[in-house]
Amino acid sequence: MSNVIKIKKGLNINLIGEAEKTIKQLSTDQFAIKPTDFIGVFPKLLIQEGDLVEAGSPLFVDKYRENILFTSPVSGKVREIKRGAKRVLLEIRIEADGKNNAIDFGAAEPLQLNRAEVIEKLLKSGVWPFIRQRPYSVIANPADQPKAIFISTFDSAPLAPDNDFALKGSEKAFQKGIDVLAKLTQGKVHLNVNAKAPATPLFTNAKGVQLNAFEGPHPAGNVGVQINKIDPINKGEVVWYLTPQDLVVIGKLFLTVKYDAERIIALTGSEVLKPAYYKTKVGANLESFIKNNVSEIEKRYISGNVLTGTKIELDGFVGFYATQITVIKEGNYYEFFGWALPGFDKFSMSKSFPTYLFKNKKFALDTNLHGGERALVMTGEFEKVFPFDIYPLQLLKAIMIEDIDLMENLGIYEVDEEDFALCEVVDTSKTNIQEVVRKGLDLMRKEMS
Amino acid sequence: MKFLRDFLDKQKPHFVKGGRFEKLHSTFDAFETFLFVPDKTTHSGAHIRDAIDMKRTMIIVVIALIFPLIFGIWNVGYQHYLSQGMAYDFWPMFGFGLLKVLPVIVVSYVVGLGIEFAFAQSRHHEVNEGFLVSGMLIPMVMPPDVPLWMVALATAFAVIIGKEVFGGTGMNILNPALTARAFLFFAYPSEMSGDKVWIAEKADAFSGATPLGHLMVNESDKIPSAWDMFLGVIPGSIGETSTLAIALGALVLIITGIGSFRIMLSVVLGGLSMGWLFNLWGANAYMDIPAYYHLIMGGFAFGAVYMATDPVSAAQTARGKIFYGFLIGMIAVLIRVFNPAYPEGMMLSILLMNVFAPLIDHYVVQSNIKKRLRRAKVKVAVKS
Repeated sequence: MSNVIKIKKGLNINLIGEAEKTIKQLSTDQFAIKPTDFIGVFPKLLIQEGDLVEAGSPLFVDKYRENILFTSPVSGKVREIKRGAKRVLLEIRIEADGKNNAIDFGAAEPLQLNRAEVIEKLLKSGVWPFIRQRPYSVIANPADQPKAIFISTFDSAPLAPDNDFALKGSEKAFQKGIDVLAKLTQGKVHLNVNAKAPATPLFTNAKGVQLNAFEGPHPAGNVGVQINKIDPINKGEVVWYLTPQDLVVIGKLFLTVKYDAERIIALTGSEVLKPAYYKTKVGANLESFIKNNVSEIEKRYISGNVLTGTKIELDGFVGFYATQITVIKEGNYYEFFGWALPGFDKFSMSKSFPTYLFKNKKFALDTNLHGGERALVMTGEFEKVFPFDIYPLQLLKAIMIEDIDLMENLGIYEVDEEDFALCEVVDTSKTNIQEVVRKGLDLMRKEMS
Repeated sequence: MKFLRDFLDKQKPHFVKGGRFEKLHSTFDAFETFLFVPDKTTHSGAHIRDAIDMKRTMIIVVIALIFPLIFGIWNVGYQHYLSQGMAYDFWPMFGFGLLKVLPVIVVSYVVGLGIEFAFAQSRHHEVNEGFLVSGMLIPMVMPPDVPLWMVALATAFAVIIGKEVFGGTGMNILNPALTARAFLFFAYPSEMSGDKVWIAEKADAFSGATPLGHLMVNESDKIPSAWDMFLGVIPGSIGETSTLAIALGALVLIITGIGSFRIMLSVVLGGLSMGWLFNLWGANAYMDIPAYYHLIMGGFAFGAVYMATDPVSAAQTARGKIFYGFLIGMIAVLIRVFNPAYPEGMMLSILLMNVFAPLIDHYVVQSNIKKRLRRAKVKVAVKS
């Protein structure tokens, strides 16, 4: 590997419940697309309950960017359109018919198309939403010229799926996807691999990319960290990014002419009896994963990982971008003198609990907050897990007082909620930091448009 | 602990909104969360959280304070009997010290926590844990013979004017415990300085001057040996005398990572550098004392470990902490040697740097901002 970039700050949280390396076929006919997965999108429905759809049929568009289509991952019938408070569109539930009929988007070789043709194909088939942008972490704007495109091939979050394993055999589609990306930017396509993992031909043999290796604790696998180390975002610049599984879907569109929304999902967490990988489509229902495979106690289901995932209910669905489900204990219990006792089973980055002596201990953590919310008193905590050249506490305070100029000066364009996830975990004051960061990003986006 | 939990669960409805004692909600909450870590779960963002909370943080500081406190209690007794020309075993001395020190601690906690509870109640906040530490620090920076009403007054001043008017814990500019001491220092100088106050019920014939007191009046031949000053068998404020006990406390803070090692080290280096500088100058006897004497005399060590490291009033950036600490050390020694009115400079030096900490941070953060702007400009220049 030519250049290895070392990340020193960060924290690996070792949890119980890593997925065993076997892929099972998931049997389910319930799927859903959740408009709430797409930040800043105002959905305008194109279908009604009872309509028949094929894989690739448009379900809704973004009201303010009508060229961005969101399409069905499977063929079947629109069973229910679920709305929440104030008629917010929550889920479009589709019952698959098992036939896998798909719309033919036509064969094409990306390298022989021009940029506009490539973009049109991506938009029409509904794979465009897989391409997201920094700043703001929203779906990319087709009219933008990104200065580079980033793919982080590894996820360093707790219990994260192993993409090297999950994508074995997808070499052709992966390369095709990269050919597509090459058409989208005049800059480089950065493929960032884990320096510590054995080299996978899938990634190392990819052509037309700039290969970079990263080493270090989480968040070394976060694309935001990688962008910051390789080509940081300045005001006015846009970078696009996507995950390797999403890239394979894009590649398949050109290989097979269909929207094949295949997903390899890792079912993980301390409350899963047999954690493993499952093959299904985007937006599968949770119940089909956990049938007879979770413990009896009260649990929290998370679409995604424990740091950045979304809480879902038992009748919920896996998120559009998620490649992982985590099931952990709910922490709604009282603990007698919990703050004063030694705490031999407590996880903490600080060394105020004896568990720090056992570096390799694996934890079965729950959702307890471990204390009450307080003013921001401690300093220097965030800096230990935040590998950016940014002052995290000062940026957070700038967001809290909604000082636009200061936020910009302190580097808000370079960060995302997920980059602050570890700060939130270790925060003594129990502030909901990711919420604050999202608020700041939304405010900036509104201000800049 | 089931019965305790059941009892609390039964009482809780009276204290929530609409209950009979709705107005005492913060008080109930404080006691409940003291006994039990609450059952609150994460509802947004990260689903798992670190086990540390403000109570854990504060209890560790209190544990670190126990070493100088125990020593201080003994030393109050030891100095008293020494001045009387009597020698006793450990326990009688400790017992005498306890009778002197315990009331001061009780007054400080009762007054301080009372005000904290009242403010939390009126603001509908949870009670913050910050005073658990401040309430212990205040007695330890008092002379052993301090009248209790003064402790009460100083504590009230520190909590109300030093902290609550700024919005409470986390918002204050000055260190509350030092605010209490500074208040007494300027309001009642005769009870807070001189050579009468540092030994409890001192025999009149015995000189009760602290090493710093001796040095101020050019009696550098009268100061105790470095070893005695390091161990702390010298007159002084209750908790400040033993550098050894303070070093043990510092070790607790450094190992657990609760106290900033960066600040402690830079305060010490700041004090030493100023001491060495004076050694080079050597205009008078005070300037000629070994630089490390400054670390083991007066409140230097106590200030460096427990006061300068207060995260709220210190600089908040890593680089800022180094400047902040270094300047505290330098200015403390500067005041000691040059100012004829104040034998001890640590308190004023820390309070001064508390005020300047935001400015230090401002410049550190500005340099980061400038770097970012420069990066953007270079990009534009290359493109055009």
